[in-house]
Amino acid sequence: MKPFNTISGIAAPLMRINIDTDTIIPSREMKTVSKKGLASGLFADWRYISVESREENPDFILNQFPYNQAKILLSGSNFGCGSSREHAVWAIHEWGIKVIIAPSFGSIFYNNCIKNGVLPINLDEEKIASINHFVAIDPMKNKLYIDLNNRIINYDKETIEHFPIDEQDQAFLINGLDQIDQTLNKISLINDFEEAHRGKNPWL
Amino acid sequence: MSQTLFEKIWDQHSIKNLGDGNELIYIDRIFLHERTGSIALKSLEERNIDIRNPNQVFATIDHIVDTFPGRDDTTLMPTGTDFIKSLRASIEGSTINFFDLNNPNQGIVHVVSPEQGIALPGITYICPDSHTCSLGALGTLAWGVGSTECEHALATNTLIKKKPRLMKINIEGELPIGVTSKDIVLHLISQFGSNGATGYAVEFTGSTISALEIEARLTLCNMAVEFGAITGIIAPDKKTIDYLEGKQFSPKGDDFITASEQWRNLKSDPDAKFDKTINLNCSDLTPYVTWGTSPQQAISINGSIPFLDQLTGSSERESMIRALKYMGLSEGENIKDKKIDAAFIGSCTNSRISDLRAAANVLKDKKIAKGVKAICVPGSSQVKAQAEAEGLDKIFTSAGFEWRESGCSMCFFAGGESFGEKQRIISTTNRNFENRQGKSTRTHLASPESVAASAINGKICDAKSLGIKS
Repeated sequence: MKPFNTISGIAAPLMRINIDTDTIIPSREMKTVSKKGLASGLFADWRYISVESREENPDFILNQFPYNQAKILLSGSNFGCGSSREHAVWAIHEWGIKVIIAPSFGSIFYNNCIKNGVLPINLDEEKIASINHFVAIDPMKNKLYIDLNNRIINYDKETIEHFPIDEQDQAFLINGLDQIDQTLNKISLINDFEEAHRGKNPWL
Repeated sequence: MSQTLFEKIWDQHSIKNLGDGNELIYIDRIFLHERTGSIALKSLEERNIDIRNPNQVFATIDHIVDTFPGRDDTTLMPTGTDFIKSLRASIEGSTINFFDLNNPNQGIVHVVSPEQGIALPGITYICPDSHTCSLGALGTLAWGVGSTECEHALATNTLIKKKPRLMKINIEGELPIGVTSKDIVLHLISQFGSNGATGYAVEFTGSTISALEIEARLTLCNMAVEFGAITGIIAPDKKTIDYLEGKQFSPKGDDFITASEQWRNLKSDPDAKFDKTINLNCSDLTPYVTWGTSPQQAISINGSIPFLDQLTGSSERESMIRALKYMGLSEGENIKDKKIDAAFIGSCTNSRISDLRAAANVLKDKKIAKGVKAICVPGSSQVKAQAEAEGLDKIFTSAGFEWRESGCSMCFFAGGESFGEKQRIISTTNRNFENRQGKSTRTHLASPESVAASAINGKICDAKSLGIKS
């Protein structure tokens, strides 16, 4: 996973609540036993007039210039609710979005973001509305600057929003470490625990 | 110190505190299906990482496989066969417990798991599937994960997790006849929103929960994720222990006696602290149905859709306007007697034998309305066999239902079979999202009793309104 530190980019507003992972990537777009090749299925039902011909829907924000170059997505509460499909994050990342700012997230989706170099930012609805207002004036010029090290969103030159993130999640995104390798370093701890645990629950 | 049920199981599985609130948690059992399990196994193979304890891993085929009678590896979904074959190839030669297509224990993961005693009280359990929370009904600490976390658990038998906030939902009152745990959970989500429990693990308690049979509890916990919860859990009781006795992967003999002793004591201490408590009384509850495109957009089946000005918040109103347009409905409209095109009984929410019995009880000696496409998909091959032994299949088929092989089927559209555009479907499933059951399909979630009654009526209704005691 590529380390994440700062990002500066165009933000696209998709201000709906409860955007579920079926909408982010419909099941039928998950065509191969692979984590790749999913970007064309991103928001397929909203993005295309005809899913079959891939004719783009000009009304959909991510089809409009300059939002078609967005690196940041602004959205409503409960973003990524529903199915656990990690394909939703793989598709988002492959399409080019690296940060999602929403008042709340589906919990599995949130974890999946951290594991795949996508930064999910929890921010109040009002603050997102102010950012959206700023971006809408001139989305090309009014880019957001996000600094994960310092946990800040910088916009409008002087406005800074601080955002919360778990330290471990922050470190994981910044370092791009492989968690399996890290955990396998603790294998003797796991072995000892397992032996005692099986002693107490021999049927497991 | 007083502890909740969740904290007790959590602490029993905590290997090490990693700082910043994160703990290394031991995972006892892992269940995979062909849709996401295939990717997790393939990814580990590509990295040359071994599965740490394959005998603690279970797998089945449910998500993409067709459910037509006589089905095989060939799927209506254009590339579906690849997922089936990939999972099978990854498992071949390992000691993973695999319920392949021809195995009598094949079925939907969350139906097979309790049925086979794979989910047990007090164990930690994950599956790369959001409805893994269903298994909390047995007192299992079970939750859905993505593929990457699943790979971590397969390779290490652990996950790095922060303990979530804890919520108690205490439900009191005797459920009126014909009202089910599906109605409880739809009511709950409609009252508190589909993000009502975001960031929480939920424990369900109270006299209503104690009175529910295990399969009804599975339905309730199944939809904890639609409430935003990380998981739902119910303390094991005598019903749980009786249910698990003799199951294939349950403890046997003296081990069962020892285990049931442990399970009997596995509950929240009386003064245990929760971060939040919700109290509900369900003694006057009526059957529920969704009208919109989120499970929170649910009302009494005899009630009417809210008016826009009843909603606070512009995002809620915008969501409602969009949902009404998508569903072809109007604010203030009665939901009862809306004409339906299809009825679907199945999914990890409502496809167990008790669900099929309840629906068959409504359908007995009746015919479904002309023009309604009705499908029943048993949740597992065992459920199907049991239903056939009881003659339920005959009741379904005589009424005009299709009788299928087990699988997830049309709970979602994966590119294969689907309902037609703009068709109105009453469904025992868990998600009424846009396009979930096919392009532009209009899904109304309800209990098996209400789906069966609506199929007969050709219009949305509950069993009681047809004079049927359910």
